[in-house]
Amino acid sequence: MDILYFAWVRERIGLRGERVNPPTEVVSVADLIAWLASRSAGHAAAFADPARLRAAIDQRFVVLDTPLGRAREVALFPPVTGG
Amino acid sequence: MIRIHVGPESIDIAYEMVRAEAAGAGAVATFAGVVRPDDGVTILELEHYPGMTEAALEAVARTAQTRWSLVGVTIVHRVGAIRAGERIVFVATSASHRAAALEACAYCIDRLKTDAPFWKRETRGSDARWVEPRATDDAAAQRWER
Repeated sequence: MDILYFAWVRERIGLRGERVNPPTEVVSVADLIAWLASRSAGHAAAFADPARLRAAIDQRFVVLDTPLGRAREVALFPPVTGG
Repeated sequence: MIRIHVGPESIDIAYEMVRAEAAGAGAVATFAGVVRPDDGVTILELEHYPGMTEAALEAVARTAQTRWSLVGVTIVHRVGAIRAGERIVFVATSASHRAAALEACAYCIDRLKTDAPFWKRETRGSDARWVEPRATDDAAAQRWER
């Protein structure tokens, strides 16, 4: 599964993205965030407050309790601020 | 006709207007967003999610086209580093009559603020910080729900 990071999530982690193989108990986007948080101090800092995070599965916005299903690409980022 | 463009180059309004008017509608409404020099902001950097951004803007444009029977929709959004006073976004909607064009133009700019994956970072002198989302933007987008 490819994970992409944007804005301050990307900066805190220090990566634009990474490829991961989460264990089977990682069911939802929220589970994935909790699992990723243990990968480094940067991940822990980026994911310390999940209420500030938003997500997309295969380039569609989803709420954090959405099941990952057969997701190929999951993006994690702050609320959008365009326009 | 739907035109979506996301890129680092400056937005050429004359070019975009010629394209929008060429669709042959009687009314073309436009919106241009310009980087405000608020509180000493000198540079605004726009990050986005390539691929998803264009798809999200296209979805906004298609929804507007259907809802207001538009002849054309143009959404051009700049990314990368933008100086205060420069254009960041341009929307043009064309229809047979002005009411549809004007309403649809407002819809597109309201929705793109909440529906497209862009993130702004403001630079003031040596201080750079990510812009927080505004509740007023969510409210503006939600007023079009029905």
